[in-house]
Amino acid sequence: MSAATHTPAALDVPRHHAFGRFCRAYAKRPAGLAGLGLLVAFGVLALAAPLFIGDDQLNVIKVDGPQLSPPVDGYPLGTDQAGRSVLLLVIWGARESLSIGLIATALTVVLGSAVGLLAGHYQGWVGKVLMHVTDWFIALPSLPLAISLSAVLGQGAASITIAIAVTSWTATARLVRAQTLAVEARPFIERAKVLGAGNTQIMIRHVLPNVMPLILVSSTLTVASAILSEATLTFLGLGDPTGVTWGSMLQAALMGGAVTAGAWWYLMPPGIAILVVVLGFTLVGRAVEHVLNPRMVTR
Amino acid sequence: MTATDDTRSPAPSGEGAPREEAPPAAPMLDVRDLRVSYRNGERTVPAVRGVSFTLDRGQTLGVAGESGSGKSTMALSLLRLLPSTAKVTGQVLFQGEDLLTAKWARLRAVRWSAASVVFQGAMSALNPVRTIGEQICEPILLHDKVGQKAARARAAELLDAVGVPSRRLGSYPHEFSGGQRQRIMIAMALACRPDLIIADEPTTALDVMVQAQVLNLLGDLVRESGIGVIMISHDLAVLSHMCERLAVMYAGRVAEIGPSRGLIDEPRHPYTRALGRAFPTIGDPASRLAPAGLPGDPPTPAELARLDEGRGCAFEPRCSRAVAACRTDTVELRPSGPGREAACLLAQEGSEP
Amino acid sequence: MKTVLEVRDLTVTYPARRGAAPARAVDGVNLQVRQGEIVALVGESGCGKSTLARALVGLVRPTGGQVVGDGEPLGYSAAALKAYRRHTQLVLQDPGGALNPRQSVFDAVAEGPRLHGLTDRLGERVHTALAKAGLRPPEQFAGRFPHEMSGGQQQRVVIAGALALEPKVIVADEPVASLDASVRGEILKLILELRDSLGLSALVVSHDLGLAWNIADRVAVMYLGRIVETGTVEEVLLRPRHPYTRALLSVLPDSGEPPVLLTGEPPDPTSVPGGCRFHPRCPLRAAEPDPRCDGLDLPVLTGDPSASALAACHLVQ
Repeated sequence: MSAATHTPAALDVPRHHAFGRFCRAYAKRPAGLAGLGLLVAFGVLALAAPLFIGDDQLNVIKVDGPQLSPPVDGYPLGTDQAGRSVLLLVIWGARESLSIGLIATALTVVLGSAVGLLAGHYQGWVGKVLMHVTDWFIALPSLPLAISLSAVLGQGAASITIAIAVTSWTATARLVRAQTLAVEARPFIERAKVLGAGNTQIMIRHVLPNVMPLILVSSTLTVASAILSEATLTFLGLGDPTGVTWGSMLQAALMGGAVTAGAWWYLMPPGIAILVVVLGFTLVGRAVEHVLNPRMVTR
Repeated sequence: MTATDDTRSPAPSGEGAPREEAPPAAPMLDVRDLRVSYRNGERTVPAVRGVSFTLDRGQTLGVAGESGSGKSTMALSLLRLLPSTAKVTGQVLFQGEDLLTAKWARLRAVRWSAASVVFQGAMSALNPVRTIGEQICEPILLHDKVGQKAARARAAELLDAVGVPSRRLGSYPHEFSGGQRQRIMIAMALACRPDLIIADEPTTALDVMVQAQVLNLLGDLVRESGIGVIMISHDLAVLSHMCERLAVMYAGRVAEIGPSRGLIDEPRHPYTRALGRAFPTIGDPASRLAPAGLPGDPPTPAELARLDEGRGCAFEPRCSRAVAACRTDTVELRPSGPGREAACLLAQEGSEP
Repeated sequence: MKTVLEVRDLTVTYPARRGAAPARAVDGVNLQVRQGEIVALVGESGCGKSTLARALVGLVRPTGGQVVGDGEPLGYSAAALKAYRRHTQLVLQDPGGALNPRQSVFDAVAEGPRLHGLTDRLGERVHTALAKAGLRPPEQFAGRFPHEMSGGQQQRVVIAGALALEPKVIVADEPVASLDASVRGEILKLILELRDSLGLSALVVSHDLGLAWNIADRVAVMYLGRIVETGTVEEVLLRPRHPYTRALLSVLPDSGEPPVLLTGEPPDPTSVPGGCRFHPRCPLRAAEPDPRCDGLDLPVLTGDPSASALAACHLVQ
């Protein structure tokens, strides 16, 4: 039997297959494609921003536009009270808003999944203690926690990211634990034990791959809420006062009297940008959920 | 049953034992060329591919087959109990009325009061938050137009009849054992004195002992009340014990139909033979340390769809006696003995296949 | 014949839950499986047969007694269990559930060898195991995923996964209960073939007496945590002595005898009756009451395979 030579191919092909199947199924969901399109557009803009936006456009001292002007030629979305282009600010703001959202989500997902997996696998005292800790964090009010965190860590992106992660990992942990319990009850876990698998092997090789789709879905939805939280916290003045994010734009607009001046062009764009990105992530999350969850596939 | 539908349909009662002595009146249930297919994305997957049979009051028909043979789909389609993705064609004449084209209101009246179903999983078919008394009374109140009190009395009577103490009318489903729940399902099916009961794997999840009890009960009730029964199971031995006639289904069609004893003792279709040998008779030296199986697997949905378009016998790939003609000829049910039919080219009256 | 797997006075008691008494799932069992022998353990659901099977592979830790594999009492340290599991493997009822849906057939079969560090010529080992389990040619199956296979093929993959470790004994818990009738015989044939070609021993747990007749050499009938009758298949199934065995045989569709339907509540391991544990439902006792039935406890059957048939009953000794 020339077995060994066949194995790598045998291992690779179906995986590829599965990914291809996923892509084809995803392509059939127009809402998911629209969401993906929005996210790609924002991502490309945010990444490419340094190519056409420099200090000249962002520094309040160097800019030379009209102050708090409605949309005019050269400033399609008008200007702020310092004379900066609102359009360029929105594009620049996407960088920090998106990166805080993604980093906070990554922290949330890693921490939440680890706690959920451990609590689901070790159902003895380890699981009990972990779930008590989780419950304790759920009871923490997120806003006061974020405010006190930034008081301790200082204002800025780091403290906001940590505040978001600390208050949102519990949801992921609960979700992953519930799914872990369901997977652990399935017979293939028993089979793996009898074959000689230890705790780590069972968690990594058997539970994690089966919980992964759920983690993926929940993380796309977590990004959306993290971006919202970032905007909220920055709006409340907990962010970096010098940086430009969508939340800080809204705050600056409010402080600069945009509301009383009726400067809708200053207030609307960051708000709509938040809305569109959150919508994009939600659409993608829903589409991924439909594709990965066989029970939701219509027969 | 594909190409020659038209020539066959004028004689719908052509199958089954009591043909000779049957009265000229139409049978209680007359199923003609029943076909069910499921939509699966863009594809259509056939599940039942042309089944015809008749059943009279007091008769029992057992439907045997493996998972995917279409036996449950066939049975549930009779009362239009399938999900909306199923497309059903053909005729189901129940007391002269075609249930497949009947109005919903009419169909609801027929369900329970004239024809009822005993489902496989009693726990999921019973509502967990209502007492079993309420659940048995519900169809009685709905269809018999009697008072609350009369309905309670009937429910108590029914529980006693199925061997569950009637004082437990006020209990909830989870307070009963699996066997008792299955008995309660039977009591519910009997609530409106139906003429037909369709029992879909009524004992599959039960232990040997409880299964024997439930089957005994079902047999007694049928004998006493003259109800027509269609019983679906994968266990040929159980069916042959319970039913006068047997239909063995394979790949969405009837492979063989006829009197139970004849089918078991002298199967004409190789699939019936294999199914009969799958569960050995204890004490039979031929099966001692010699389990009998059937190589290969039943056709997958994709293969079924292909079979439906082409010719040839669906069982041919697994058949040890297949000849060249099995791949090319259209294989239909043909007479194979008194009151018997088999869908096998090699099956002939009075001869083993 | 050498004994490859043995349990001595095994008890498994599950702790009490919310007011209920502790459940004595396995309540004193002696059983031996000798080399190249197939033993069927039959009984109804709730009799403790599945718990016993799990105790035999070390998944359930007994509260009393011993599991002895290859002459050595089983220890419960991680290392001892791992070593033991090269010797004794488990085959589960539902092959669809027993395979990780995200693992290919190759990975599923290779899992055991990888865990035990047998990665030298792994491909060959896996393909040999697949071929032994009747999945030929193995190359055709190695890349598939469980959902692409039929139930019978999935069960063959589970069996191949066990064979890849070259065990001496296979404990099979209802190996064919969830399979179609025509596939059932094929899997049973495979178990018989493995015994004949590899000298494999097997303990097959089932509710189905026909399965015992099909493949087993000896049979043990279990009721409420104890073995109530044991002997060769011919002795027990053709000349049953214990009233419970007789009742079980009588309700089979073609037994040719009037069925003896047992009445009374189904057995409950949280309240095991005193005396003979079968006495509340015993048709023999109902016919000729004997004070010993509910007054005198029966000894645990020795499970000695060389002795003739044994039945735990006051009335038939």
